[in-house]
Amino acid sequence: MSALAFEHVTYHYPGADRPALRDVTLAIEHGELCVLAGLSGHGKSTLLRAACGLAPHFHGGSFAGRVTLEGLDTREHPPARLGELTGVLFQDPETQLVMGSVRAELALPLESRGHGAGEVARGVEEVALALGIDRLLDRSTHELSGGEQQRVALAAALAGRPRVVLLDEPTSQLDPVAGDELIGLLRRLNQEWDTTIVLCEHRLERCLSAADRVIAMHGGSVAHDGEPADFLRWAAREAPALMTPGAKLFSLAGLAAAPVGVKQARATLRREGLLPAATEPAQGPGRADSYPSSNGTGGEKPRSRRRTGSRVIGGGDGVPVEVRGLWFEIPRGPAILRGLDLRVQPGQTIALMGRNGAGKSTLLRLLAGLLEPTRGRMQTSGRVALLLQNPGDYFLRERVGQELSVKALERAGLAELAERNPRDISGGERQRLALAIVSGEGEPPAVLALDEPTRGMDREGKAELAAELRRRAGEGQSVIVATHDPEFAASCAERALLLADGRIVADGDTSELLSGGWYFATETARILGGAGGALLPEQGAGLLQAPVLVEARP
Amino acid sequence: MSAAARMFVYKRLASPLHGARAGVGALWCVALALSALASDSPIVLSLVLGAIVVAAALAGVGRELARSLRVAAIVAVPIVAVNVLVSREGLTVFARLGDLGPFGQGDLTVEAIVYGATIALKVTILMLATTLASLAVDPDELLRAARRLSFRSALTASLATRMLPVLAGDARRLADAQRTRPPGSVTRGGNGRHLCRYAGTCVEGPPLSPPSHLSRAYVHAHARTTLVSAVVASSLDRALDVAATLELRGFAHGRRAPRQRRAWSRHDLAFATSAAALAALTLAAHLADIAPFRIYPEVHAGAPGGALALGSALVLIALLPFADRRGIEP
Repeated sequence: MSALAFEHVTYHYPGADRPALRDVTLAIEHGELCVLAGLSGHGKSTLLRAACGLAPHFHGGSFAGRVTLEGLDTREHPPARLGELTGVLFQDPETQLVMGSVRAELALPLESRGHGAGEVARGVEEVALALGIDRLLDRSTHELSGGEQQRVALAAALAGRPRVVLLDEPTSQLDPVAGDELIGLLRRLNQEWDTTIVLCEHRLERCLSAADRVIAMHGGSVAHDGEPADFLRWAAREAPALMTPGAKLFSLAGLAAAPVGVKQARATLRREGLLPAATEPAQGPGRADSYPSSNGTGGEKPRSRRRTGSRVIGGGDGVPVEVRGLWFEIPRGPAILRGLDLRVQPGQTIALMGRNGAGKSTLLRLLAGLLEPTRGRMQTSGRVALLLQNPGDYFLRERVGQELSVKALERAGLAELAERNPRDISGGERQRLALAIVSGEGEPPAVLALDEPTRGMDREGKAELAAELRRRAGEGQSVIVATHDPEFAASCAERALLLADGRIVADGDTSELLSGGWYFATETARILGGAGGALLPEQGAGLLQAPVLVEARP
Repeated sequence: MSAAARMFVYKRLASPLHGARAGVGALWCVALALSALASDSPIVLSLVLGAIVVAAALAGVGRELARSLRVAAIVAVPIVAVNVLVSREGLTVFARLGDLGPFGQGDLTVEAIVYGATIALKVTILMLATTLASLAVDPDELLRAARRLSFRSALTASLATRMLPVLAGDARRLADAQRTRPPGSVTRGGNGRHLCRYAGTCVEGPPLSPPSHLSRAYVHAHARTTLVSAVVASSLDRALDVAATLELRGFAHGRRAPRQRRAWSRHDLAFATSAAALAALTLAAHLADIAPFRIYPEVHAGAPGGALALGSALVLIALLPFADRRGIEP
């Protein structure tokens, strides 16, 4: 008996013309860690919903074929029963927290299944310790950050020690450190508890080395099903958009075997004598401290919390943004930004990176005028347009054509969507529409700020967005993008800032900053050990092919 | 989270009331409210009101309660005004409005004002006690207890309590997104009219013209309506997501939550004793008519000493549990 089996499953959402799943047949065995790959809208999330019985029990629609979870037919057993065997985590953690406190959230699935008080208390403590959220247990769920919500929702899904865990982009809201920790935890669950894990993820480089198997979805069907190395070979031929940066690096460098992870890639390069000679092991996070910090007043305490900051719009020297000694403190709460200094040049693209809660979003909100600084000086010489995390928040009307004028829609390449509902268009199109809305129809903004624009976006979407940002920078707009995605930062930004605890702890060229870290580094940089400041596969391949920079083959 | 939403959201703080178990905390709030409902004496009512305000301050939620007090004041004024206009009881007339047809003689009486003020004071106390309970009593623990008694009611309450902050968060995000629209940006309304951004919101107006002719109130009212309709439109999706999560967490099994046996803390005992003493004193005072206060047909109050003594005793009993601040860290 397989842990999860699909037999010729075809599923239509209610009212949909095309099936979300089309004749899917697959079997996932006990103890497998399986990654679902594919572009957005090709059936990955629906596959997970069918696996836990939400499709069709909860969503309705038409369902053909058979899904069995631990031998239970999902047509005959309701999601509540299937939920005893599965832990499920979907993309939006906010709607997956249903209780007021973290402790009650973790206890709910255990209590609902009739466990005794002692078992509930033990289960809550254990899962909290396993996920490192024990300090959050008595916090209110309303107060948690996005990353914390994600971890609590995952803990609630795991609290009942399910045999099968289904996860839909669990790292989409997490910083690279927390994302790696989560993948490590899933691997531990899989190895030590023999838990079957089905993980849907766009950033495959994060999880491929931990996977036993990769299932690629295309058009609602299984396009490929095999081991990670097989998948990468298949992706190189059939679906280049699904290739990991490491695989792309090897492909461009003319190396045959695509690496499943950094370790394998480095081993191959070493064997081939291609590992750059000067390569040292990647520097730890402490390396960032050695960069010149632009924060001149780092540890200084504000003299008075009552003093407020000033905002000057229309500065004289043409610098789009200049910030000096910027503080933002929450009344009766912590300081989010601590004496930040920043100067942005016209046409400059900046990637703002750092852990969840480092102050990235707050800085962007201050620049856009959504918040007022509590101390410090902020000068902008033009409009700062801010694109917030969820593009859907910009749409208040029923038709795309009601949100923007025809001219603006044409400029954004969305004219043909004028009659569609903005909530029905694809993620990439929604992003473009929201970008066009915040950019406005008149004079373009001096600064375009984007807060986590690639959340839940596939690689094609990211590439399109990066190209758009580079185009805007070429036209003289300054672009500041807060992101957890080093690959995206490398593809669009020339300068990177690393924030920690409300301070800028590193500020430099993207190639310099993202090539030397453990976490805040691209896969190419980690494979090459930061050599030559290569961040992207194209740059890395160039480096590998340049004889002066590499060791001669033995 | 908006200030309005924060008014009703529980947060574990370091206070004796937060330290007490939810059932006991809720019982104490009910006893306090009942002590006010059982008396008409303005002295007793004012002292109980003061006790709630001080209790909130000692529980660390004074700021939130002050907001609730402002709302209560807005509710109280019409209560007094309506009672003066509709009440036909009382002998001390201070204004005559003449014959009001089907409503009879429009005689306004002092007794009607006093009665309205007493009711308003009771409503205020009830609102503040409810606010204090929502801020200082763990709703999850109460829901857990409710699941042992009535599963369906607890399910509905769970959904409702969760949806409130989720929708408040949605509204905040949507409002922020609208504030980031550039000034003068034009969108078209469903009826073909144009929408211009003004004061951080979207309102209807002529294309690309500043809506200076529109009153600020209209602008904000329209913006709020648009925002609320967008939040309501998304609330069904949100409710479905939350319901799907509850389904997968096994809520549909309808199993009774296990009884949690835990030792009674000093705060459990203190607040339970206080609640019992409040209830006993209220009952005794009611039976013995310690603080008599009659309004109709003429205002008649007994000697103030009885009311003062009763009110002070209620305040003392209510606030004594706050004196012990050991073991209150969340």
